[in-house]
Amino acid sequence: MKIHEYQGKEIFRRFGMPTPRGIPVFSVEEAVAAAESLGGDVWVVKAQIHAGGRGKGGGVKVARSLDQVREEAGRILGMQLVTHQTGPTGQKVRRLLIEEGADIRKELYVAMIVDRGTQRVCLMASSEGGMDIEAVAATTPEKIHRAFIDPGLDLTDAQADEMARKIGIPAGSIAQARAVLQGLYRAFDETDASLAEINPLIVTGDGRVIALDAKLNFDSNALFRHPDIVAMRDFDEEDPAEIAASKFDLSYISLDGNIGCLVNGAGLAMATMDTIKLFGAEPANFLDVGGGATAEKVTEAFKIMLGNPQVKGILVNIFGGIMRCDTIANGIVAAVRETRIAVPLVVRMKGTNEELGRKILADSGLPIISADNMADAAQKIVAAVGGGSATAEATSAEAAK
Amino acid sequence: MSILVDRNTKVITQGITGKTGQFHTRMCREYANGKDAFVAGVNPKKAGEDFEGIPIYATVSEAKAATGATVSVIYVPPPFAAAAIDEAVDAGMSLVVCITEGIPVRDMIRTRYRMQGKPTLLLGPNCPGVITPDEIKIGIMPGHIHRRGRIGVVSRSGTLTYEAVGQLTELGLGQSSAVGIGGDPVNGLKHIDVLKLFNDDPDTDAVVMIGEIGGTDEETAALWAKEHMKKPVVGFIAGVTAPPGKRMGHAGAIISGGKGTAQEKLAVMEECGIRVTRNPAEMGKLLQSVL
Repeated sequence: MKIHEYQGKEIFRRFGMPTPRGIPVFSVEEAVAAAESLGGDVWVVKAQIHAGGRGKGGGVKVARSLDQVREEAGRILGMQLVTHQTGPTGQKVRRLLIEEGADIRKELYVAMIVDRGTQRVCLMASSEGGMDIEAVAATTPEKIHRAFIDPGLDLTDAQADEMARKIGIPAGSIAQARAVLQGLYRAFDETDASLAEINPLIVTGDGRVIALDAKLNFDSNALFRHPDIVAMRDFDEEDPAEIAASKFDLSYISLDGNIGCLVNGAGLAMATMDTIKLFGAEPANFLDVGGGATAEKVTEAFKIMLGNPQVKGILVNIFGGIMRCDTIANGIVAAVRETRIAVPLVVRMKGTNEELGRKILADSGLPIISADNMADAAQKIVAAVGGGSATAEATSAEAAK
Repeated sequence: MSILVDRNTKVITQGITGKTGQFHTRMCREYANGKDAFVAGVNPKKAGEDFEGIPIYATVSEAKAATGATVSVIYVPPPFAAAAIDEAVDAGMSLVVCITEGIPVRDMIRTRYRMQGKPTLLLGPNCPGVITPDEIKIGIMPGHIHRRGRIGVVSRSGTLTYEAVGQLTELGLGQSSAVGIGGDPVNGLKHIDVLKLFNDDPDTDAVVMIGEIGGTDEETAALWAKEHMKKPVVGFIAGVTAPPGKRMGHAGAIISGGKGTAQEKLAVMEECGIRVTRNPAEMGKLLQSVL
């Protein structure tokens, strides 16, 4: 789960990490009022969306008067902000963060992630803050430093100080940097974060160390113990299809192609998507119905896939292990009747009671195309939607025998 | 022979009284030698009772002392599953198979940290388990698709493992053991560990290694295999079509920071002498071609 920058900064402050003073707002009037109440003569107007690269996309502006605050807030609020993380259509800006301006002497980069190799939390930091860190990693990898955190010791003073020195924190600010880095680890650990990123972490002209940005993602498997974080969820930032799917415990991700796929198991679902591409078409989604798929879940899955106007055909690939193919077949028949689908449907079922499952599909009288294996299924659906480079032999002629 | 488990293995089931634990314990008992293999369950509130004849103990230690079991399988719900692994490790089990899906990563970091220097092996979490066909099935895989034989299978994904096993069985190629290592980012045995076991198993002739996007475990295993593996290995990686930054179901299946792409993994595997296919319907045929 992702949250906004201003929410991330609230969490940072809870762990004793300094951030600029700021106020989240939803309208131009609120933006001006926020700037007035913050005082000073420089403010930053920051678009709040769940994607990085906001500055480059024109979503972060410095204002030197209240009129400028009004002007920039009016321009940014409601815009479709396009960044390298939003896709070409961008994300609509509905919230702003109005912050006091900061006197920046140095811009640094700090992040925490879980490192799979060492099975520890990794602190990553660089002197090259404020930039695209992936570009830094590609061109000057020696400028990214790493420290692995022992879960029994937490981030030690020695580790924090060494990292602070490596990224160029001035001697007089090392103690402050230590507090920030240790605060970040406590925040990461105690909130079950999966990613924490501060880009940039700054050193001000008077030597203070401040988190000028805050990006926090959380482990969805741990949200049950963080109701305060769940309350920060902003549904406007999420794909409506993915929200609908999550209500039925379906794992669904929207993609750009035109073949919907419904599969049990994440690995098999990815493999099915790959097979569709192998035969020249593109999947419209990733959808894992999980191990305990009921007729109701299958029906909901069909509704979600068919809600995507791009979908020109559907491929169902089920390996019935514990789950029996006849149960799945009944679910598919019910789903097809209820949703009255008007696009070609190819079904491949394998495993327990597969003959019975095929018979149920055939006896239903519905125009369901049956397939023997994954490759056969992919070829048939690609041919049925008239796309790709699949051989033409596989058409609806072989419909439910 | 086989790896990790065989007909003589004795198993404790943690979470035997839950719905999932009950269902799969029944299925495992019905498979091959299962009647003699599943000797105990654990539930502190139901100690002294039994589940369909399987005695229930308060703790793993007591169950182990009473039965001599060396393996435990865990169906405990996610908020309590890491503690269940800890208990099995502290009791000195040789192998812990954690089926539970959805354990917080932070819990697993702590559990793996506690396991350092201890002899217990962990499979999973979020895995289908391990099976040695016609001898013992520990986990949630469908037993009937397997066939006794000489091919090893190792995979991060459940149903994709069944897919590979199904293809092998249809070609008449049985399996020595099939091992699911699970789809989570912080887990126990990795591809490399299971390859080593298959390499040393005189009754395994070749291995199917199935991976997916995220992390570098497949690359690590491939580099080891290049130097040490005495048997042919074939592979498939799921997720060629997965876009960066989107988590594909499994907590570990995500391309982040441009790392962990399927293309990268396939390239390293090929460089290391592992034959790969981009068509998951061909995993069985590819294996057959290298025998």
